[in-house]
Amino acid sequence: MTKPFMFEKPLGMRDTLPELYETKAAVRNKMSDEIKKWGYQFIETPALEYYETIGEASAILDQQLFKLLDQQGHTLVLRPDMTTPIARVAASKLLNQRIPLRLAYSANVYRAQQREGGRPAEFEQMGIECIGNKSTSADAEMIALMADVLKAAGLEKFKITIGHIGFVQELFLSILGNEERAAVLRKFLYEKNYVGYREHVKSLTLSSIDKQRLIEFISLRGGENTLTKALGLLEGEHGREQLSELQELAVQLKEFGVDQYVSLDLTLVSHMSYYTGTLFEVYAGGVGSPIGNGGRYDNLLDKFGWDASATGFGIRMDRLVEAIGEIQEADVPECILFSPERRKEALDFAKQKRAEGIMVTIQDINAVENVDAYTRTFSDVHLFVGNGGRVSNE
Amino acid sequence: MSSFLTIAMPKGRIFEEAAEMLRKAGFRLPPEFDDSRKLIIEVEEENLRFILAKPMDVVTYVEHGVADLGIAGKDVMLEEERDVYELLDLKISACYLAVAGLPNTKISDIAPKIASKYPNVASSYFREQGEQVEIIKLNGSIELAPLIGLAERIVDIVSTGQTLKENGLVEYARIADVTSRLVANPVSYRIKEERITEIVDRLAEIIE
Repeated sequence: MTKPFMFEKPLGMRDTLPELYETKAAVRNKMSDEIKKWGYQFIETPALEYYETIGEASAILDQQLFKLLDQQGHTLVLRPDMTTPIARVAASKLLNQRIPLRLAYSANVYRAQQREGGRPAEFEQMGIECIGNKSTSADAEMIALMADVLKAAGLEKFKITIGHIGFVQELFLSILGNEERAAVLRKFLYEKNYVGYREHVKSLTLSSIDKQRLIEFISLRGGENTLTKALGLLEGEHGREQLSELQELAVQLKEFGVDQYVSLDLTLVSHMSYYTGTLFEVYAGGVGSPIGNGGRYDNLLDKFGWDASATGFGIRMDRLVEAIGEIQEADVPECILFSPERRKEALDFAKQKRAEGIMVTIQDINAVENVDAYTRTFSDVHLFVGNGGRVSNE
Repeated sequence: MSSFLTIAMPKGRIFEEAAEMLRKAGFRLPPEFDDSRKLIIEVEEENLRFILAKPMDVVTYVEHGVADLGIAGKDVMLEEERDVYELLDLKISACYLAVAGLPNTKISDIAPKIASKYPNVASSYFREQGEQVEIIKLNGSIELAPLIGLAERIVDIVSTGQTLKENGLVEYARIADVTSRLVANPVSYRIKEERITEIVDRLAEIIE
């Protein structure tokens, strides 16, 4: 490999310049204010974790982890998601006092890029986790809160698609009989390969009725009649419980007043393998990937020694900002140019300006090569130069 | 008003068949569609915009969401492994991916060389066979590689087998069948659901 140029960064790493920084900061503040209003408390966890704990419990593929060694030779990872570290913290006795726990985070996560640029390997996520809460009302709260947070951020049009991995599992198992065969079919869904799915179903040794049930399964998406259609595919009790959960969820989302944002897709299968129940993704026009996702994960905390059910969501800040589309103008400070003999006067003036809440830059005029070019970048310029009085020009 | 949709089309071999198929499905495409050198063609009466891309790049445009739909060969999808929905098998431009080489030859035990335009497909195929191989990426005229001693085997698409035959090569294994597929960006698939479902249904109807 050739030596990198001085300006180069590792694949997928990005700089955030002032305009984007201000935009992100403004959006972030609006979102965290909204999350706090729902009674969630923010926490931070370290960027580095053990590979054996977080690396393995997380659903992110091994080859996407950034790994390094500490001085004792332990393998470390840069956290690839926030849900797993929060599960680790929550399972420790530290926070076991108030259950259900409601925690929030805003942090950068790291996922190595295999292919090419165009996708960040480090990105900010804001999200929440509600732990020790197995009621459907917790699932509804996630979706309602996510909708509120997105609205607070200034996003007007978005669509939340809800699925249920437990239903997929029950239906596949009841038709196919064992987990191996169900896993093959699930993989087609996960790969979004409907052509392969249909061909695979055709090749199975099943009654034509069962084949038809599996084929009809992939069109289970859309509005409320989706659940009725799904019910029609069931034989016996398998999957009934999951459908009634979704029914209940739909009722609650109406009560929350967010039903206009949601639609159902029972074929939705996430890349996050730890989900166990309802799961959802949120989409906005103009951004080619989901801007956020979430769902119920009832087995993850068990890996850290606490058998608790949980649900949560995370929003990708980079994609959200792209979806909102407005770049905030960075606030431009005023400038005070001074010559050394009038420095004291200039400094006093700057102090007074700052007390008024105005941003000012102070600059010795002798260190500026091109005064015209330099001052042009400020909103206002104040000169404390030579013997004359203060001059201000726009 | 129905929403505006962008479809990425592959230039070259698949294009004509794909265009014919769209017409058959009732899309009113202008006559200049076929011999235009433009890379972007808008069809206002259908609310459609077509972009003409290299076949290998169609799935890239769709994955990034600059095209809502695309028509791509299964060979490209296997090679690129992009995050897109594979909605329909259009059953056009049928061919298959195969391993070929000079007749009556065996590949050496130590690091045999395989030349291909599809390095990922070739690599995962031989790995599944338990063979350790070295892949050499070429961009065309793959048949040249075994003839001139660059590689012992090639992995390439075969439609009639004529090119292999003319160059004195034989097929050793068939890796996967290839036809063109209709693919969709995951977000467009949700946001423009109605429009895409309509197009899928119209195309599904004319596929035998």
